[in-house]
Amino acid sequence: MIPLSEALLLLVLLGDFAVLGASRLTFTIRITAFQGFLLGMLPLAIHHPWTGQGFLLASGTMVVKGLVLPNVLRWAMREAAVRREMEPSLGPLSSVAAGLVALGLGLALGRHLPALEPTLPRLLVATSLTTVMCGFLVLTTRRKAMTQVVGYLLLENGVYLFGMTLAGRVPLLVEMGVLLDLLVGVFIMGLVVFHMNRELESLDSARLAELHD
Amino acid sequence: MSLLLLLAVPLAGVVAVSCDPRRARRLVWLALAALAHLVLLGFAWGGRLRDSRVLWLGFDPLGGLVLTLVSVVFLAVAGHSAVYLQRRVPRGGRAYEACLLGFLTSASALCLTDHFGVLWVAMEATTLATAPLIYDPGDRHSIEAVWKYLVICSVGIALALLGTFLLALAQGANAPDLLRSSLVAARALEPMWFKAAFVFLFIGYGTKVGLVPMHTWLPDAHGEAPSPISALLSGALLNLAFLAILRVVQVARAAGQQRLLAPVLIGFGLGSVLVATALLLRQRNYKRMLAYSSVEHMGILTVGIGLGQAAGFGALLHMLGAALAKALLFLVAGNVLIEYRSKRIGDVTGLLERLPISGALLVAGFFVLAGAPPFPLFFSELAILRGAIQAGAPWVAAGLVLLQLVAFIGLGVRIVSMVQGGSAPGESRANESALLLASPVVLLGAALALGLGLIPSLQNVLLAAAATLGGSAP
Repeated sequence: MIPLSEALLLLVLLGDFAVLGASRLTFTIRITAFQGFLLGMLPLAIHHPWTGQGFLLASGTMVVKGLVLPNVLRWAMREAAVRREMEPSLGPLSSVAAGLVALGLGLALGRHLPALEPTLPRLLVATSLTTVMCGFLVLTTRRKAMTQVVGYLLLENGVYLFGMTLAGRVPLLVEMGVLLDLLVGVFIMGLVVFHMNRELESLDSARLAELHD
Repeated sequence: MSLLLLLAVPLAGVVAVSCDPRRARRLVWLALAALAHLVLLGFAWGGRLRDSRVLWLGFDPLGGLVLTLVSVVFLAVAGHSAVYLQRRVPRGGRAYEACLLGFLTSASALCLTDHFGVLWVAMEATTLATAPLIYDPGDRHSIEAVWKYLVICSVGIALALLGTFLLALAQGANAPDLLRSSLVAARALEPMWFKAAFVFLFIGYGTKVGLVPMHTWLPDAHGEAPSPISALLSGALLNLAFLAILRVVQVARAAGQQRLLAPVLIGFGLGSVLVATALLLRQRNYKRMLAYSSVEHMGILTVGIGLGQAAGFGALLHMLGAALAKALLFLVAGNVLIEYRSKRIGDVTGLLERLPISGALLVAGFFVLAGAPPFPLFFSELAILRGAIQAGAPWVAAGLVLLQLVAFIGLGVRIVSMVQGGSAPGESRANESALLLASPVVLLGAALALGLGLIPSLQNVLLAAAATLGGSAP
């Protein structure tokens, strides 16, 4: 039987590919929220026995990544009347193929890096690196500003996942600082998207190309 | 008194300006907080402020140097902002002052903390605090600039977080506390993890330093932001990001990883100088031209740290001098923009006739930046060149001299075209408000004091800071 932690990681990977193949913006926001919940559950599945700090961090992650951030994005979408299509410059099929390459790279890198503690799930490093690469892919191949925020969230989820290798050993204060930064960052991005729409009447970041040399 | 005061004072300022509905009083709060910060720093240099367990704050020469630089630039920017906010339509709200003071709070945390995690949180906080400031004009160009700034820097800093986690892995499974003091003392780091950590931290924080090819946000943000904010970005923010890289270099030096450092630092540094010089020559917008000059100088700093020895000392002195010069030039560019209402170099002629003092300050700033004696960049560039010879890399010295010469001529020709020539008929000599001139004059004075050695024990502080980076007396 697969341990719970590995199953959660597989679901995170599935989420990466769902974002790459998606054509609807709202769906991808839902996926990043789902990944946020998984990220909150993971440390509880990995580290026994549970501690007060672990619980606080898990609930903080779930609230910020699973509830608050997707709602900020939905609010910005509604207020700015963003159209729902993704308008990728790289089609869904090619995106998924590129995602597979990223997965292969992630697995290879995970194998080559020095071994971690045996209690950590084997897929952890590979999943984290794959998620970072998928996030980068979405950031660079989607034209709409709002989709770029989704890409950034995916990338941030991947980095956060890597932090699980140290869960419990990074002070709570620092972890909470990281979450707070992310929260404020996405909030400001949402605000900019809102103003952008009023100014440009479209959130196509490809039209944002007046500044160049 | 504890070092925490250096965070508490600007933070109290954030609260004060957020609650105060009166614009004039908010400016007083801003000025008071900026002055108090500088005075407190004086106490910190005298060893009068205790370390704090909260946020792992401690005072060391390197962090102290950068924070003092930031505090001086901040004071000048706050003074110039008073005029900007007065002329702004509609009149400026509280967000501007609150974000400025929020930036100063996170800068204090960034410079003083011993913890790489807090360093990361503070660095991201500086990005978030400056984003609304860049966006302040609210037109379509500033939206584009702030979007690029937010997305590119956030991604860069996310990679630096990955690097921070890798650094903890390199520290070993027993006690990865991510404290610089214990990382430096440990000496033995898992080399494979440390290499990965170094790459991600360098790329991540290097994005915010504006090193090529991660510099693409920089000319847009500097070009479109209000001029006092451009001065803050160039004089303070870039150096804070550079400090983050220097912290990683301190750990790498202590762990005996010099051979990893030199090629990366010298390669990225020289690449940045080369590309920035080439792009600088193509600019028609004077603020963008100054922005590329910032990239160029950040490249020189990176090369200097990569070379070590005398160049390490030179790089730190260069950081101080170049930051003061750039802040001065951006503030004067703001005065020019107010008078001429155009950022195009071609639209500005006869500056010395129309704005005699601003024109003279522009020329003076150019000489500071070009490394004319007795300004600090003259001495720092000599030290960096000597360091290159010491390190057995005369080709680096030759490349730097050549590129600097090209940049000097490029900048010089454009600035001469701006200050000379007659002004168009009907445009008489304008009134220059004292408030617009005070800040640049203070910065020029600071640069002069640095170059003439008027600042007590500066040499010793620079040497102590450089020693932790592999630098030595020139």
